[in-house]
Amino acid sequence: MVLYFLSMVMLVMGLYCLIAKKNIVKKIIGIVIMEYSINLFLVLVGYRHGGIAPILMKGMQTEELVQKGVDPLPQALVLTSIVIGLGTLALMVALCLRMYEKFKTFDMSKINTLKG
Amino acid sequence: MQTYYPLFTAIPLAAAFLNLLLSKISMKVSDYIAFLVTGILAVMSVKMLFEAPFIYAVGNWRPPFGILLVSDGLSSLMLVVINVIGLLAVIFSFKYMATYTAKPKYFSLFMLMIAGMNGVVITGDMFNLYVFLEIASIASYALVGFGTGKKELEASFKYLILGGVASTAVLFGIAFLYSMTGTLNMPDLAQQLEVIGMTKTVGFVVALFIMGFGLKASAVPFHAWLPDAHPSAPAPISAMLSGVLIKALGIYTIMRIMFNIVGKNELISAIIMFLGALSMVIGGLLAIGQKDFKRMLAYSSISQMGYVLIAIGLALKPGAELVVATLALIGGLFHLVNHAVFKSLLFLASGAVEYRTGTRDLEKLGGLIKKMPVTGAATAIGSLSIAGIPPFNGFWSKLIIILALFRGGYWIYGTVGVVVGFITLIYFVMLQKEVLFGKLPESLSKVKEAPFTMVLPLVILAALCLAMGIGYMAIEGQLLDSAASALLDKMAYMNYLIGG
Amino acid sequence: MDRLEQEIKDTSKGMTTIVKTIVRFVMGIIVIFGAYVVLYGHVTPGGGFAGGVILASAYILLTLAFGKEMGLRKMSNRWASLLDNSGALAFVIVGLLGFGGGYFFYNFLGRGEPFHLFSAGSILLSNIAIGVKVTASVFAIFMTLSIFGRIIYKAAEGEEPESEE
Repeated sequence: MVLYFLSMVMLVMGLYCLIAKKNIVKKIIGIVIMEYSINLFLVLVGYRHGGIAPILMKGMQTEELVQKGVDPLPQALVLTSIVIGLGTLALMVALCLRMYEKFKTFDMSKINTLKG
Repeated sequence: MQTYYPLFTAIPLAAAFLNLLLSKISMKVSDYIAFLVTGILAVMSVKMLFEAPFIYAVGNWRPPFGILLVSDGLSSLMLVVINVIGLLAVIFSFKYMATYTAKPKYFSLFMLMIAGMNGVVITGDMFNLYVFLEIASIASYALVGFGTGKKELEASFKYLILGGVASTAVLFGIAFLYSMTGTLNMPDLAQQLEVIGMTKTVGFVVALFIMGFGLKASAVPFHAWLPDAHPSAPAPISAMLSGVLIKALGIYTIMRIMFNIVGKNELISAIIMFLGALSMVIGGLLAIGQKDFKRMLAYSSISQMGYVLIAIGLALKPGAELVVATLALIGGLFHLVNHAVFKSLLFLASGAVEYRTGTRDLEKLGGLIKKMPVTGAATAIGSLSIAGIPPFNGFWSKLIIILALFRGGYWIYGTVGVVVGFITLIYFVMLQKEVLFGKLPESLSKVKEAPFTMVLPLVILAALCLAMGIGYMAIEGQLLDSAASALLDKMAYMNYLIGG
Repeated sequence: MDRLEQEIKDTSKGMTTIVKTIVRFVMGIIVIFGAYVVLYGHVTPGGGFAGGVILASAYILLTLAFGKEMGLRKMSNRWASLLDNSGALAFVIVGLLGFGGGYFFYNFLGRGEPFHLFSAGSILLSNIAIGVKVTASVFAIFMTLSIFGRIIYKAAEGEEPESEE
């Protein structure tokens, strides 16, 4: 249970970092922390005390795997979401570099040409 | 067609990568690939309209274990909207994107976006929906910043940050759903949630989904990215974002999840109606003062999406009569399709005007109807249509929504709908006055009509505006009915699990 | 003295001789391990993405130790982009080949014998395609960001911030 709360704390920390920090790089780190807290949560969903890896090894009975194995689906989901996170992160960093090229600063409060 | 249903995502995905490979040999080839692919998809999507609902098990894995694709009235309708507008935007891009460098990359991203949106619409699996949502979103972030100017980069970054938060919320909701039910298959989820009922956890998940998908749909408290992102993108992409993306990623997903998975609920209905009314009013009021052609259109998108949301909210009310719910949904879906047509028409027209005059500033434009007659006429039709002038399509859909609101007993929301209709009329009359009529500035005396590949999509879309307005019964009555009944019939959706 | 040893002795580019010598020994092991993770992804932990990242990290290690010229010589931007796109294309084609069996992503190859390399049908093919794609794209992202970032930093050094428009 504590671990679930920790992943929530991590989510809130990421959100705080995203909102309160003015530096673009720190904002990116905030987003990444948020993503990883969700990944942690997803892994915990499939966790089982004393479980084994959900892989059928040589000489193992199928029943044993069903009884002891952890849920493989959340792990597959986490892997997919890590890949998506990698794509987003690469795009964010590239945009960040481009913005540094144009504005010569990482400070979001100095980059305000748009008023949404 | 049934056998080849997954091709809606497979073709554009394969073409996006093939395009990058072949464009190393010749730059010209990407134009043809993009045209061919979107053309095939448009033809396929029109053919899909004549298919009965069916399900498709990817890799022949039995649901709920494998990934399930679902085709019903709603997804067929959305597929047509996405792929037809996509084809027209590609035709428009041929000339327009010649001013940018790296055209093959543009077309590859464009096709990735189409693949993502098609995937969101055809899938019947919750996580698959998230993955396609992300594909479409990442492609759209990159496309918004495609110009790599100061404004484009900042808009793209803003969109990326907010979109990232939205995706996190959606994934969080999916994780909760999975931990509760142990399944990701949407019909299966619907069955399980029927048993569980509306617990607090389900309520939290719904709140996360409304936030996440509402941000993609730019409902008002979550709208901050849209007025920056849509004007900054190249014109065909603005047309795709405003015309299709916010509907496929936002409105469609909200409809699918709220109607078919969670089920009707008083509170959800009230929240969505309130968000819709707020979007209508605030988007409309903010649009009045804008001096930028595309920015005004972007705010107007927020306002028009409010109409669709309010109609969805009304249909979600459990106590509402079936007649009212059906009427509201038909109105909402009709307005969704109409908005896709006229908003992409207006954005493409703004692109054509910018291509010839080099500015989007309303104060520097004027009298263009004499210099660009076809573009001007198309813009006039589009803005009359969105403002709700009778024979055009926008009038009928707004009328149906407002009638449904009054019949459902929502006098205040109905009145708000009427008032926002007038506000829309005001700012589109202003737009017409500033761009099409009035005095022609000296600097624009040498402006010519836009090239053929730009005018053609405009003419087709303008003709659609007129045809859909006059021939409502003949053209879309049946389609909208089947889409609305697909949403209202939760039992039928749950039965897809057993291959119904 | 061959070219590689000259590179190792040359301290003007990349890191010190010690690092370069160790990287020279470790490099092959990392590549073999990465290839193993890709190829045996269907019977042991791992798979296309994990193996691809390991392979890409081998290239990144090489670039860090020997400087970007060495990295570009082993895999130029053109090659990276080519491999990246063809990997993705190959994955879609594996899915499309399933139509031969009547379904998208149908397992059109035999299941084979469990716990062997040629088992589980088309999963091996998909893993290889993903491995190639991930290797190329992760390396390409690294190279692009590092080269591009350096150019921007050099341009920004010593210049006044642009006045606001």
